[in-house]
Amino acid sequence: MAVSARTLNKFGKPALFAALLLPALWLAWNWWLAVSGGDHVLTVNPIEYTNRYLGDWAFRYLLAALAISPVADLTGFKRLILFRRMVGLFAFAYACLHVASYLGLDLFFDWRAFWEDVLKRNYITVGMAALVLLTPLAITSTNKMVKRLGVARWQRLQRLVYPAAILVAVHYIMMVKSIQLEPLIYAGILAVLLGFRLIRRAVGRVRLSER
Amino acid sequence: MLIRNRKSWELTEAEVTPEALYRNRRDIVKAMGLAAGAALLAPSLPASAVEAPDNKRPKLDYIDGGYGTDEELTPFESVTTYNNFYEFGTDKGDPVRFAHRMETKPWSVKVEGAVAKPGVYDFEDLIRPHQLLERIYRLRCVEGWSMVIPWVGVPLKDIIARLEPTSDAKYVQFETLADRKAMRGLSFPVLDWPYVEGLRMDEAMNPLTLIAVGLYGAELPNQNGAPMRLVVPWKYGFKSIKSIVAMRFVKREPVTSWNEATPREYGFYSNVNPNVSHPRWSQARERRIGEFRRRKTLMFNGYGEEVAHLYAGMDLKRYF
Repeated sequence: MAVSARTLNKFGKPALFAALLLPALWLAWNWWLAVSGGDHVLTVNPIEYTNRYLGDWAFRYLLAALAISPVADLTGFKRLILFRRMVGLFAFAYACLHVASYLGLDLFFDWRAFWEDVLKRNYITVGMAALVLLTPLAITSTNKMVKRLGVARWQRLQRLVYPAAILVAVHYIMMVKSIQLEPLIYAGILAVLLGFRLIRRAVGRVRLSER
Repeated sequence: MLIRNRKSWELTEAEVTPEALYRNRRDIVKAMGLAAGAALLAPSLPASAVEAPDNKRPKLDYIDGGYGTDEELTPFESVTTYNNFYEFGTDKGDPVRFAHRMETKPWSVKVEGAVAKPGVYDFEDLIRPHQLLERIYRLRCVEGWSMVIPWVGVPLKDIIARLEPTSDAKYVQFETLADRKAMRGLSFPVLDWPYVEGLRMDEAMNPLTLIAVGLYGAELPNQNGAPMRLVVPWKYGFKSIKSIVAMRFVKREPVTSWNEATPREYGFYSNVNPNVSHPRWSQARERRIGEFRRRKTLMFNGYGEEVAHLYAGMDLKRYF
């Protein structure tokens, strides 16, 4: 894997940026088709479809961001880490769009109904809590903020992603009727990604004590 | 002097979409699409023409069955491509994709329990003695969306009358087909299959309660519960059990599938009630499929005049 960091930054990042944008563009394209009377994929309930779609992609990107360090470790392609921030920020952006579509399209900016839902409906409370936890991570994602906080403190703060991801998995499991397979698959993937970190830490400790 | 009393389920003339406007609705929506910014405020969206209308279904002979509403019908494509029929998968698009695997001819229904004429009835024997009626009903899903569907069917009370239930029959229990080979959804225990629903006897005997065998003038598509399904328009959609293979007349309130799976969220009665929230969402409003903004949900889905007396004196917050 002899790709230089410079090449990755110069070509890899813009390519990744475009790729991560695709689901949103595809959604926008289908909305355009819908309002212009063409065939589209938004089903006959486009608002619900949009909301589910954005939530799905936010969760997928969050899992992808969490998968980067394990994959970098396992494959030895350490420079993969260069892409993690962008994937994480996209997860946050899709999560924001997810909430925005709920508030704007579904509730038509009925703020009272929105706050009632956030406080009263457990799965929405849990989902909003996840977004609240992710917000400082997005705000402190710039190089400047890393410097200002110091790497150690910044790293500790970024660990909020673990509880946030768990809340997202719970949000999804709680949202569906009865018990369904798909949310459990997502939760399973998250469990593997978090489990990998626990093992890595344990192995690291053993190695340290052997020294 | 003729005084016409408007029934609660009827709409006033003012609420009816003018026919010219209705017929031009796609052009109107297209025109709105041209103003891309304004499009977001569009009151209704065109239905997606995912599949050509399933006109191959055999046509039915029926007469107008009353209880009509002049509300705009939900398009055939929407009614037949956006379904909850978990036996075929939990996605709304799964039923239309996979329900063709279900064999509906021949079809028989087991009639059991407190009834003078139990037995295994052929679909034809159960339905053919009756005049088919068209009933245009609102359908309100517990998930917060709704449709207006022209059903064709037979009032359940007429079928029950022929079966002669005994005085022990306090409830009717219905069961959906559970065929592992045809129904891919059965391999995952979302619910304890087979799907079971039930009605109190007086609910079953209410003139509104229908056994539907068709919609839009033709036989039911499989994804809508062919060859026969229940339609109880004042209750949330999941009470209207599809593809019925058994009817049991019983003394005690039957354990119904959703009530068993999540008793906190789905009660036996499950009457449409804007004042009783689902624990995870409000039931005060609903999205009529094809419309953009939510509209107010009506008590008993607007059929209060017909059914409210069934629940007189009952605490509907408790018996939700």
